[in-house]
Amino acid sequence: MMSELIRVGMADYKVGCSPASLISYGLGSCIGIAFYDPFAKIGGLLHIMLPDSSQARSNENPAKFADTGIPLMLNDMVSLGAVKNRIVAKIAGGAQMFKFANATDIMRVGERNAEAVKTILKDLNIKLIANDTGGNYGRTVELKLETGVYRIKTIDKGEKEL
Amino acid sequence: MTDEILNLSEDQLDALREIGNVGAGNSATALSQIISRKIDMSVPKVAIMPLGDVPDVVGGPDAMVVGVFLRVYGLAPGSVLFLLPRDSAFYLIDMLMGKERGSTKTLDFMDESALMEIGNILAGSYLNALSHFTKLTLLPSIPALALDMAGAILSVVLVQLGQMGDHALVIETEFLSEDDGIRGHFFLIPDPGSLNTILTAVGVK
Repeated sequence: MMSELIRVGMADYKVGCSPASLISYGLGSCIGIAFYDPFAKIGGLLHIMLPDSSQARSNENPAKFADTGIPLMLNDMVSLGAVKNRIVAKIAGGAQMFKFANATDIMRVGERNAEAVKTILKDLNIKLIANDTGGNYGRTVELKLETGVYRIKTIDKGEKEL
Repeated sequence: MTDEILNLSEDQLDALREIGNVGAGNSATALSQIISRKIDMSVPKVAIMPLGDVPDVVGGPDAMVVGVFLRVYGLAPGSVLFLLPRDSAFYLIDMLMGKERGSTKTLDFMDESALMEIGNILAGSYLNALSHFTKLTLLPSIPALALDMAGAILSVVLVQLGQMGDHALVIETEFLSEDDGIRGHFFLIPDPGSLNTILTAVGVK
């Protein structure tokens, strides 16, 4: 039987239960944050664009930012039956797609995203068990809720499972 | 809704469409001279769409594309992206290098350099026309190139817009060679503050 494949857009998040899978296509500097409770087999995937909602002029969509998106997804998972101290995190993305000699802050946003996500996870006491961030290439990420495997696909850097 | 671009009038959108038309017309001519082939262009689209929908314009976030990215400096800063589906980019290289169609399978250093130069010429001619039309000085940065997923490449500009709102104003033109072998998308994405400058310059504030 085909299990359900739930698509997560940019600045968006979805939570679900086994045997569904959560997928987000074509991440560049954005980060795909995968949360998983291996006991309840409940997980969530959040596709953030920016590190910090307080530095943006428009912060109406909490899923766009690491600082507001992560707690939101965590709460939704808990409402679904996940237990917070069982939840582990895997992250991927945060690339710098184009290299410029005088890279401004906005060009380095991938790096800043990764740093912000790590700090927030630490503050929330969520264990980061796998990390595939950086580089200069795009990634498609898929979280399989049956196993918690986080599959990362790239165009010419191969495919891996975290 | 904080996005100011959602409040643009029909007149203002028309003015932006005309800007796209003038700019893209100039670049299409340049491209057609480089490859000595007729290039058709679509009527420019001026679209205001949720950020996450922008990659769908070029076949979805996981479509494989070659992107040439340039920043626009001057009085109305912004970004220019020239996106070609991978196969179109390969065919364009075949033409430029005088190779048989289908010979290019990967991009080597020379190929990348050629595509960046094409992006440079297209952006230069586009901005020239736009400068002339608006009397604003606009200069392109040196180009950067990537072969990757459309979503990943577009994220470079979308992230910037994401700081200001949830929508993107995209001025987009599609190029098509007469044998349908090359299809390209040219995007002009003004930085949020630049839109007002451009509209004021063309007198539809």
